[in-house]
Amino acid sequence: MNGIINQKPRVIVQGITGNEGRFHTASMLHYGTEIVAGVTPGKGGERVEGVSVYNTVAEAVQNHGADTSILFVPPARAKDAVIEAIEAGIKTLVIITELIPQKDVIKFLAKASKSGVIVIGPNTPGLINPSHKIKIGIMPSHIFKPGSVGMVSRSGTLTYEIASHISASGLGQSTCLGVGGDPIIGVGFTDLLDFFRDDEATEGVVLIGEIGGNAEELAAEYIKKTDYPKPVVAYIAGRLAPPGKSMGHAGAIIMGGGGTAKSKIDAFGAAGVPVAEKPSDVTRLLRIGMGKYQ
Amino acid sequence: MRLFEFEAKNILKEYGIPIPRGKLAGSVEEATQAANKLGGAVVLKSQILASSRGKLGGIVFAGSPTQAEKAAQDLIGSTINGNRVDRLLVEERLDITRELYASVAIDRQVKTYLVLASTSGGVDIEEVAQTSPEKILKHWVDPLTGFSREDAIEMLNKFDISKDETTRLAHIMVTLYKVATDYDAELVEINPLVRTPSGEFVAADARVTLDDNALFRHPEFKDKSLIRLDDAPLEAEARRQGLAYVDLSGDIGIIGNGAGLVMATLDLVHLYGGRPANFLDIGGGARAEIIKRGVMLVLSKPEVKAVLINILGGITRCDLVAQGVIAALKESNLKKPVAVRMMGTNEEEGKRILNKAGINTYSNLEEAVESIGTLR
Repeated sequence: MNGIINQKPRVIVQGITGNEGRFHTASMLHYGTEIVAGVTPGKGGERVEGVSVYNTVAEAVQNHGADTSILFVPPARAKDAVIEAIEAGIKTLVIITELIPQKDVIKFLAKASKSGVIVIGPNTPGLINPSHKIKIGIMPSHIFKPGSVGMVSRSGTLTYEIASHISASGLGQSTCLGVGGDPIIGVGFTDLLDFFRDDEATEGVVLIGEIGGNAEELAAEYIKKTDYPKPVVAYIAGRLAPPGKSMGHAGAIIMGGGGTAKSKIDAFGAAGVPVAEKPSDVTRLLRIGMGKYQ
Repeated sequence: MRLFEFEAKNILKEYGIPIPRGKLAGSVEEATQAANKLGGAVVLKSQILASSRGKLGGIVFAGSPTQAEKAAQDLIGSTINGNRVDRLLVEERLDITRELYASVAIDRQVKTYLVLASTSGGVDIEEVAQTSPEKILKHWVDPLTGFSREDAIEMLNKFDISKDETTRLAHIMVTLYKVATDYDAELVEINPLVRTPSGEFVAADARVTLDDNALFRHPEFKDKSLIRLDDAPLEAEARRQGLAYVDLSGDIGIIGNGAGLVMATLDLVHLYGGRPANFLDIGGGARAEIIKRGVMLVLSKPEVKAVLINILGGITRCDLVAQGVIAALKESNLKKPVAVRMMGTNEEEGKRILNKAGINTYSNLEEAVESIGTLR
């Protein structure tokens, strides 16, 4: 999984002592992720699920050689927590927290970019790699099965819906990653297309988009421009969304005629990427693209 | 959250940017008084959030206090593009020698603030961008160093304006950036920024949109944010209850967990020939109480003939969803058919609870969608 995270990431959990932090630490450990430490200011010395808790990221990095962090901190504290992690030498950040002020996101993404740190999210379900038994996220593990499909998405539960079809079909997933439902995010569709192209475990890619912004259009353009060598199938949610209303995700809003499902579907069409009409169709289109249709 | 013009101007004034002399009026009497006090020609501006309210008749010029009274009578209580006019901003009429444009906005793609200036003010900036892009200057701010006076001057040097004007404008642009960051604004815009005969620049109109995520840092706006003028009544109710709800025109109520999944459910219902009545995302990890409130809200819409609930349990527990659904049906006492698709955490227990109460459950989304068409 080079370029996004280490082959064997050593993960810390920032905000490990909160309800969500505890719950998902247990789930990630159970899946096989190497959670080496947790951080909550003022809670140093405690243990959560057998994991040592420190007051600062620097201590956790020093004592355990951590390189990756997953954040469950509240929105108001997210910026400080992210900057602390970057300064302590963390190389990949997975930010689960949603509703972080945009000013703060702009600031920490600029800092991360300058320091060569990868940011996944905010407002992401994280990532999972079923064959390496790595989950740095909040997705229900049992839905994912080892396999050859790379999945990238702006959504959480919709990804689980489509992943369950892919698992049931026997194709399974190489890596599944949520880029986040916010308007301003770290890694995006094109970064992941890059990654999946070079990833030997990935034979086909599913791209799950939704209304708002132009990330899907840029991804389509990228696929066309680079003559993308692996089959890609897209699904776009929000065909029925009215303009000007934010559909649950802050990023899912049609503004001034831009960001419609139609614009995205047309862009994929022009790039030769089949767009599934319903979630259950993704697998069939993938099998055709991957030459595995029976 | 978009602010009213008078709120936006109050912020600019606080930061030392000149605004026209004026007063907010909530009645014809107050408007007339304000016009009398200002003397001479005034402009009456409806305080509504509709774009291009000028074109829609929401801005009226009056040559005298008598004319102002007449205009106020016409405006107050009228409805412009669905927005009721309750308040007017009565301002002095400015002598204008030139109209410019200045703004600071978040550019989501570039992931930073974009500072814009244009010598073509008073018109829609997107129009200018299309017809004469050379009249627009752009500067993307480095978030780590900010936007300095030097940055502003370097930017404005490309305009054919005097040195004195450059200095004045640079000060305004830097101030706009400061307002944007201090107030967590997505947009701070002055259009037009007018030059008066004395050479001073005045913000003739102003627009500020705050970042909803940052309202906790600006408690003075927090309560106001609960009321949006473009909300349908049920949307306003949902906002008060903290639910992500959007009204639609069909007859099948839709509830689910996760924005993408709910959008996909709407699309699927439509694909199968149904018409969704709403979008409702109960979010991740929702408790029975939230689900109950959500189901009751959707059931309460008269047009809703049947409700489809789609839950993919991860951090959301299907048994809690089931309890919430049962509680809502009991309390609302409405006999509308409900179909529930659930998969994931505690699915068996959730289905058992619902089946016992006579509610149909499904594991497969498409089966649930098909069934709702026949139940309705």
